Amino acid sequence: MTTKPTPRVRMPATAKAGEVVEVKTLISHEMESGQRKDKDGKLIPRKIIKQFVAKFDGKEILRADWHGAISANPYQSFFVRVPASGTFTFEWLDDDGSVYAAEQKVTVG
Amino acid sequence: MRDATTTRTRREFLATAVSGAVALAVVGPTIANAAPEQVAAEIKKLFGDKKLIDGKIKLDLPSIAENGLVVPLNFEVESPMTEKDYVKAVHFFAEGNPAPGIANYFFTPMSPKAAAQIRIRLAQTQNIVAVAEMSNGEIYTAKKEVKVTIGGCGG
Repeated sequence: MTTKPTPRVRMPATAKAGEVVEVKTLISHEMESGQRKDKDGKLIPRKIIKQFVAKFDGKEILRADWHGAISANPYQSFFVRVPASGTFTFEWLDDDGSVYAAEQKVTVG
Repeated sequence: MRDATTTRTRREFLATAVSGAVALAVVGPTIANAAPEQVAAEIKKLFGDKKLIDGKIKLDLPSIAENGLVVPLNFEVESPMTEKDYVKAVHFFAEGNPAPGIANYFFTPMSPKAAAQIRIRLAQTQNIVAVAEMSNGEIYTAKKEVKVTIGGCGG
């Protein structure tokens, strides 16, 4: 059941200064909603990724709070601006306190 | 021989169908779904009695979702996204899910667009409500109905 969540991020590694690029992210996670019951009729406790944060060189671009209605293996795409060469970081925060992280260096050339 | 196989398949099919129906009957009443009033209450909690203005939000959802487990939701809020004028937050609510909250997106002037695409779970046919909070305090709203063929909760 529990596979280790693996984040995947797809975005260009090079861009023009100030260019707006699309970021596509995917993370494997069952997103147990807390609504389902097991074979004995007991409620399976909620275990989802409750928050996602995207940053550029440590500055927050966007943050998302997720609830039980987010599908398993949450996919997300959004837009960022590349002000200069730097590093984008992406973090997913699990209900159990784990943080799954990914980063992407982008070079402005 | 062939007849026997057919009969058994049919019987198995019926057994599965019946147990499925029983499971649904058992699970069904225990799920207290969020109602439009609950969504309204959530919005009131966030914004009090502030006026909600229709518009500015492009809320893109399928009219009919065959599988409620994975329904694509695509949104964009009209805004120049500058330091002075940007979208602070966009909240999404479901009127027919066990809980009203779907997701809350918080943007900054660093975000070039107040837009994202996600995948959501819908338990049944219902309205999805989006509420956007602008940096100048204005609140915009949009609503879209999604007909769900197979629900995406419980089971």
